[in-house]
Amino acid sequence: MNTSRTAPSRWLFAVSLLFFASSVLAQAPAAAPAAAPQAPFKIGVVTFLSGAAAGPFGVPARNSAEVLVEALNAGKVPGAYGKKGLGGRAIELVFIDEAGGATKQVSEYRDIVQRQNVDAVIGYISSGDCLAVAPVAEELKKLTILFDCGTPRIFEDASFKYVFRTAPHATLDNVAAARYVLAVKPKVKKVAGINQNYAWGQDSWNDFEATLKALKPDVEVTTSQMPKLGAGQYGAEISALMAGSPEMIHSSFWGGDLDALVLQAAPRGLFKKGTAVLTAGETAMYKLAGQLPDGTIIGARGANGVFAPDSELNRWFRTAYQDRNTLPPVYPSYRMAQAILGLKSAYEKAQAAGAEVPSQDQVIAAFEGITYESPSGTVKLAIGKGHQAVSEAVYGTVKNVGGKVTFVDVKRYPAELVLPPEGVKSADWIKTSLKPAK
Amino acid sequence: MSTLVAVLVDGIIYASWLFIIAAGLTIVYGVMRILNMAHGSLYALGAYVAASLAGAWLRAGYAPLGSYAVLVASALLVGLVVGPVIERGLLRFCYGRDEVVLVLVTYALFLILEDAMKLVWGVEAWFVSEPYGLLGNLDFGPLSYPLYSVVMVVAAVVVGLGLRWGIYGTRQGKLLVAVIHDREVSAALGINVNRIFMVTFMLGTTLAALGGALTAPTVSVVPGMGVETIVLAFAVVVIGGLGSMPGAAIGSIIVGLVRSGAVHWLPQVELFSIYLVMALVLAFRPRGLFVAAEARKI
Amino acid sequence: MTSPRRTVQGLAVTLLVVGVAAPFLPKWAGFLVTIAIAKALVALGLLLLMRTGLVSFGQGLYFAIGAYSAGVGAETLKITDAVPMVLLGALAAGLVAAVVGVLLARYRTIFFAMLSLAFSMILYGLLVKSSALGSTDGFNVAARTVFGLDPAGPIGRFGIYGLAALVAFLGAVGVDRYLRTHLGRLAPAIKDNELRVEYMGASVRNVVHLHLVIAAVLAGAGGALTALAVGHVDPETAYWTTSGEFVFVAILSGTSSVAAPFAGALILELLRSFAYEHAPNTWQLVMGSVMLAVILFLPEGLWSVFRRRRKATP
Repeated sequence: MNTSRTAPSRWLFAVSLLFFASSVLAQAPAAAPAAAPQAPFKIGVVTFLSGAAAGPFGVPARNSAEVLVEALNAGKVPGAYGKKGLGGRAIELVFIDEAGGATKQVSEYRDIVQRQNVDAVIGYISSGDCLAVAPVAEELKKLTILFDCGTPRIFEDASFKYVFRTAPHATLDNVAAARYVLAVKPKVKKVAGINQNYAWGQDSWNDFEATLKALKPDVEVTTSQMPKLGAGQYGAEISALMAGSPEMIHSSFWGGDLDALVLQAAPRGLFKKGTAVLTAGETAMYKLAGQLPDGTIIGARGANGVFAPDSELNRWFRTAYQDRNTLPPVYPSYRMAQAILGLKSAYEKAQAAGAEVPSQDQVIAAFEGITYESPSGTVKLAIGKGHQAVSEAVYGTVKNVGGKVTFVDVKRYPAELVLPPEGVKSADWIKTSLKPAK
Repeated sequence: MSTLVAVLVDGIIYASWLFIIAAGLTIVYGVMRILNMAHGSLYALGAYVAASLAGAWLRAGYAPLGSYAVLVASALLVGLVVGPVIERGLLRFCYGRDEVVLVLVTYALFLILEDAMKLVWGVEAWFVSEPYGLLGNLDFGPLSYPLYSVVMVVAAVVVGLGLRWGIYGTRQGKLLVAVIHDREVSAALGINVNRIFMVTFMLGTTLAALGGALTAPTVSVVPGMGVETIVLAFAVVVIGGLGSMPGAAIGSIIVGLVRSGAVHWLPQVELFSIYLVMALVLAFRPRGLFVAAEARKI
Repeated sequence: MTSPRRTVQGLAVTLLVVGVAAPFLPKWAGFLVTIAIAKALVALGLLLLMRTGLVSFGQGLYFAIGAYSAGVGAETLKITDAVPMVLLGALAAGLVAAVVGVLLARYRTIFFAMLSLAFSMILYGLLVKSSALGSTDGFNVAARTVFGLDPAGPIGRFGIYGLAALVAFLGAVGVDRYLRTHLGRLAPAIKDNELRVEYMGASVRNVVHLHLVIAAVLAGAGGALTALAVGHVDPETAYWTTSGEFVFVAILSGTSSVAAPFAGALILELLRSFAYEHAPNTWQLVMGSVMLAVILFLPEGLWSVFRRRRKATP
């Protein structure tokens, strides 16, 4: 082929240059905050800002961090959190996009720690990123708080000094889901599942199925569908689910996939024939209001969002968040608050122990095994040698009232019913020592 | 037996969806030799525009049935505006470069479009679900399907027949075929190859956007929705034969049936069943099902 | 083409500079350079393929095999040092290429690209399905020692970095040398006209097969190095976007010199790191724009800038 190549004209060059310049300038960091008595405490916040997980998780978490840190710096948070910033020291946030996979995240992690010199890192929604970053945090000796990722493997397969997780791991979600199913429908015979084909979906289904089988061995699984993450078209899966007429359909779907599944299942009546158990359904409940049939079982991965216990702190958090955002805070927002308040509690505990400006090691010593209040109730770092939080689990059943989603049959499960004790692996615990709820 | 019916019905619905997207991809490749990585982004763009416009239409209280026309109009809007902008503003500077370089140009375009859409529509999900349930349901034995799925199948058939007529039944189409066969000789014979390229890219963009616009009511429109779609469309056109329209049709049907068969009978292999078929087809028909072996230049 | 001795000298000097610079580089840069080298190794393999007229959109297959072999091999074969782990990764990837190459070597142009993509996606599907390997979460990989040194020690700290530089040196010199051999010189001939090469009595398919294996060995070494540097492997390494990135590095760098992929990969890594930091919401837009600019204004790749400058100075 010999078609002569048209030389790119100058304007094209100008346009691309402009493109480049404007996209960089548009992101130029805001001016440095007014001089504080000490250098501000700089936190790198890593959460999805692009891709499918940004809308349901990443952005609500970022919004929460912004709202909370602004209020903390102004000393406006009620209760025990009245001190400005971290024990008087202003907090500064640096946001990093979590998109791009584990290799990129390790790269970015090293960058924010070694080049931007943050004092701590809070982040990671993807379990793969958590697993990859944890050993690096240990290597670089930097306090790192995992705020959302689900896999129990982090503290079950290894132990860390510098890594904490202030939210319970995903075993809680599915053990509690199975307990709830048996509580509202003790005679359940046929269940099915539709989960995304990646670690989160596979683990969720395995935990759910194993718990059900342990508590009620005669339960039959009609089908376990595992469509690709982001598939978007579930026509065939819905047919396959309907063919088995299951009474309960477990799904750990989230984001666009969950929306698509609910929208495509609605006209076909899938969730009227069988009850849907959506373990991460809370993030989508506001947008899907009206599409979720009565009876749908929804979880918020702990006592978050609508299931958060009433307290002054929670009321304040919801109001402050909603003043700045159109939708109420969802569980990733709560989990972000849990992480930031955990750090604040540890920092101020270390101060109370005598260090005016505590060193990182002093903060870590104070952090281990700490108990503190958050908008989602009491958080206790009880397992993983004091690095892994436990909390209660909550599930409820949807009842649409006048176009709004409300909940009936809300059941709360204390941590010891839904999470393994210290030193026991989740999978073994489910198989061998799971006890029915009283 | 009823499972078999379900496999067929689910497979055909899925195939229709795929065909609309793959047809655009294959025609752009056939005429312009560009394997358009940004096709998925144009699909997403169609979905975003459709969700915004049809959403506005419904909120304004106009006749709900009119929203179907708005969906199609959104696709045309994207095709007629964005298509020429990309082709005239960028692609024409790259004609004559290696095919792989063109793939990379469109990959860069894909990156730019992904962020551009994020800047316009944000990362929140966009919904326009009313048209999906509006037409009611159709019952196949124990299974019930929304009539909207039939709309999808009809749209695919219309697109297929329309393209067939447009390419083989009109003068413009015959010029197009000439360009597909030999770009240089066509240019030498006085065919305005540049114009054909622009029209082709417009057509390809419209088809991608149509796929997206018709999908919008069945999903929530979110960032990254084009990424998965583009790989599937690639698989379809590679199985059918790059640049071949009947190939895209057969490829879609094969992929649709394989996927729905896997879902019903062997859910474990769904994830890579399509790539397995693609590798198998290529192993026996290196250029796909519908492409004749090219003469080797000595 | 510069003389072989000059190339080796040039590369040796670069290696020396890179090695001596190690302790003076900021810590984050050491990691960035290691990752850039690992990616450049894959791109180096692509350079060889591209000179033969082939572009693979499936190098992620060998990259992932290299990364997983380093991790799994260390576990099952009780390998604790990084050097044999990288060798194992390279070897495993080469073996896989020797097998799938039987089929792949028959394909050309976009069909070659697509079939390699299909193979890498099948591996991706298998890895996602294998819960023993951690599914999409992957697993951690760590070498107890590097060259027998403790990676936490004062010298061992630079172990992976040094290993990457050494592998890069060997890879670049090896490919450069190879391109000057009889078989290596067939590469551009095959690109220009396969039939003529066949008439000369050479087997195009065998040469292509060999080049596939060489490219896979390089990609496998790159995968193993990445796994060691990152400390983690996951199926993403086999995904098509990973393969696409390698093609990008190769094309943007240009194929005129074996040093080009290294320079190109380094520039891209730096660019991405800064785009991430300064434009967290629009880094894709920045990357895409830069890529377009390079393709449009530097058709021979980034390396052509260096060459042009060199010509200008007498």
